[in-house]
Amino acid sequence: MNQSRGLSLLLVTPALIVVLALFVYPLFYSLVSAFTDRAGSFSLENFDKALELYLTDTIFTVVIIGVSTALIALVSIAIGGYLTLGENRRAVAMLAWLYRWPLFVPFIVAAQCMRTFLAKNGLMNNTFVSLGLMDVASTQSFLDWRGIIVTFVWKQAPFVTLMVAGAMASLDRSTIDAARNLGASRLRILLEIVVPQVRGTLMVGLILSFVTMMSVLSVPIMISGGSPTMMTVDMAYRINAHGDYGVANALGFISYLLTGAAAYFYLRQSVRERSA
Amino acid sequence: MIGALNLGWLPRAIILGLLAFAIFGPLANLALWAFAEAWFFPNKLPSQWGFRFWEVVFRPTGRAMEALSVSIWIALLTVAVSLAVSIPAGLALARGRLPWRALIMLAFLLPQAFPSLPVYINVARIFYQFGLNGTVAGVVLVHTLHGLVFAVWITTAAFASVDKELEQAARNLGASGLRTFFTVTLPLAAPGIVASAIFVFLESLDEFTGSYFVGAPEIQTLPLTMFLASMGGNYQISSITALILLVPSIGFMLIVERFLKADVMAKMGN
Repeated sequence: MNQSRGLSLLLVTPALIVVLALFVYPLFYSLVSAFTDRAGSFSLENFDKALELYLTDTIFTVVIIGVSTALIALVSIAIGGYLTLGENRRAVAMLAWLYRWPLFVPFIVAAQCMRTFLAKNGLMNNTFVSLGLMDVASTQSFLDWRGIIVTFVWKQAPFVTLMVAGAMASLDRSTIDAARNLGASRLRILLEIVVPQVRGTLMVGLILSFVTMMSVLSVPIMISGGSPTMMTVDMAYRINAHGDYGVANALGFISYLLTGAAAYFYLRQSVRERSA
Repeated sequence: MIGALNLGWLPRAIILGLLAFAIFGPLANLALWAFAEAWFFPNKLPSQWGFRFWEVVFRPTGRAMEALSVSIWIALLTVAVSLAVSIPAGLALARGRLPWRALIMLAFLLPQAFPSLPVYINVARIFYQFGLNGTVAGVVLVHTLHGLVFAVWITTAAFASVDKELEQAARNLGASGLRTFFTVTLPLAAPGIVASAIFVFLESLDEFTGSYFVGAPEIQTLPLTMFLASMGGNYQISSITALILLVPSIGFMLIVERFLKADVMAKMGN
């Protein structure tokens, strides 16, 4: 069914209006609010205050999400690699069945699970103690920055793995088989043949994860109540406790910049690779 | 010699076992709390088991049941609004001669490229001026935005995977454009559209951040109820509520491949 240009535009208009009204407009609204002081004129006052109060939290956020992203990359390459190159058919089937369980678990449910699992008296420590790997006195709670990272990796790694494993499965097998016939180890095949070919998919998955983790409010609140905390918690606090949209939007702008930087490095790298 | 050969499975089994523990351990802990009537430090397991808190949650007058029906109602409305705008958009993007197609596709990608929380803060501020804060309509709109990106992409892929020759055959036999759409194109794209509907439904059911800023405290969805119970230290109520939220999520995970067939997945992002 080929429609005219006019009809096509008409069909796409309602969806565009939703995006423009509920995303683009509020986005500009937040930019204006971030760069405006209480008197209504242009200023960087909000950024001064945001950095003065929340510089530590900003660094904390970058470190947590950076480490989580790196771990997600490692886990997804390892699982995807085994699914593609694994020789034991039963282990491959079990792994394929196993890894995707957290895929659609909501963040808030993941946070609630981890809140109990990683606690000092949680199932993780209790299991280690029962197995004799640890004694009760040396157990510690992981409900701090480590807990946030664990929750993020638990929830997001299956998503990136799904994308990466899909890309790996559609690769041309002949180079892999040739390398194997020449005696290359599986690890070498993974790192030198498979990963370079799925790099694009991996990066897209990681950037989507990065942006998602930058927006999660429930996990930092529920896993680690104390300070330092993540920027999302600070934004919610500025709004709920002070009605301070200026500083909240300044923090929001900083979080746009951080995701923008992540996307920029990816784009620059892929452009460089294409021109090389 | 034989023994040494047979031990080859051991590291593999240990790694798979550890992975299974890492994946199911947190879920198991949640399930334990849902059936624990009493669980105090330093007991490794609950000292008293039972359904007492289930009765509290499922009491018809209970807050959780009310939140569940609010959540389902919001999710159904979100699916309706989402499909109403994403089916025509998907059709135009897949089949139409659309001017500025790349730019329009970019607009549908944009919400994925920015953290959503700062945007929701400002949506709430704008909604406040229109009296949409704390209303079902306001929450439905926020959830629609949240699900729309995926809905548009999946429906576009679904329409793109329909064989054009079948549509041409219907037209050659004298069917009108509209009739061809409803009797050929739409039924063939249906599995993809159903997948996008389920996806939008789940995203809405599970959504927390947008509801927190736009809906609360007037609109109490299930995730908001769960959050409040957890922060209030009531682990039984929050775990049971979390289990209710888990059922559709796990169910979808198990059947997703039946709907999102390889031919639709292959058209994604084209």
